[in-house]
Amino acid sequence: MSESKKRLLIVCSKGTLDMAFPPFMLATTGAAMGMDAHLYFTFWGMDIITKKKFDKLKLSPVGNPSLPMPNILGMLPGMTAMATKMMKGKMKKAKMPSIEELIKTAKELGVKFHACTPTMQLSGVTKDDLIPEVDDMIGAATFLELAKDATVTLFI
Amino acid sequence: MSEIKPDVTLDVRGFFCPVPVVKLAEAIEKYPTGTTLEILATDPGTLADIPAWARTTGNEMLKTEREGNVIKLYIKKTK
Repeated sequence: MSESKKRLLIVCSKGTLDMAFPPFMLATTGAAMGMDAHLYFTFWGMDIITKKKFDKLKLSPVGNPSLPMPNILGMLPGMTAMATKMMKGKMKKAKMPSIEELIKTAKELGVKFHACTPTMQLSGVTKDDLIPEVDDMIGAATFLELAKDATVTLFI
Repeated sequence: MSEIKPDVTLDVRGFFCPVPVVKLAEAIEKYPTGTTLEILATDPGTLADIPAWARTTGNEMLKTEREGNVIKLYIKKTK
C-alpha cells in the first residue's frame, strides 16, 4: 500500500522559529491526507531535531522587515528574546501547536525524520545529540532516491 | 439531503490549520466505513481544506454549512 502512496518530501534548512513551522504544518497535513511524508533536516534546520535546541528556537528580528520595529533595533541585546517571546505569545493565543507538539503529532502520523550526515560532520553533532524521533541519518544520494519518486518536494 | 444525522461529532472550534485536518484524520481512523462525521470548526480555512482532505483521501464530503461563526462540515467515511 505504501508503494502507491504519494510522497511529500520537505527539506528543512532553517532553524529559526518562524521557518520551523511550515514544514511541520505541511508534513502533518500531508500524512493526515494519506501521503508518505518525509522531513529532511539540513544545515540550521538540524536545530529542530537537536535535543538541546529544538525547544529553544528563536525568531530573529535582524533582517526581518515584517516585525513592527525599525530593523536596526533588532541588533540590540535582548531583541531576539523579545521577538521570540512575542511570537510565542501570539501563537499560544491563536491556539497554534508548539514545535514540540508538532514533532509529537508528526511522529504519531508516521512522518519520517531524516538527519543530514554532512551537516552532522560539519557541526560535530552526533546521533546522541539528536531527538529520538529521528529515523535515520542520510546523505544526498538517499535523499535523491526519495526525491526522484516524490510527488511534492519543497525546500524551506 | 436536507437533514444529516451524524454518528459522531468532532469539535475543533478555536483551532487553526493544521489542527482541524490532523484531528479529523486521527478521529476517522476509529470509526467503521459508513460512519457520518460532523465537524464543528471556526477556522474559515476548513471550508476549503476539509473538502480537499476528503477528495484526496477518497472520503465523501456530504455538506458544508455556516451557522453564525460556526462552520459545520459533514463527511461520510467511505474508505
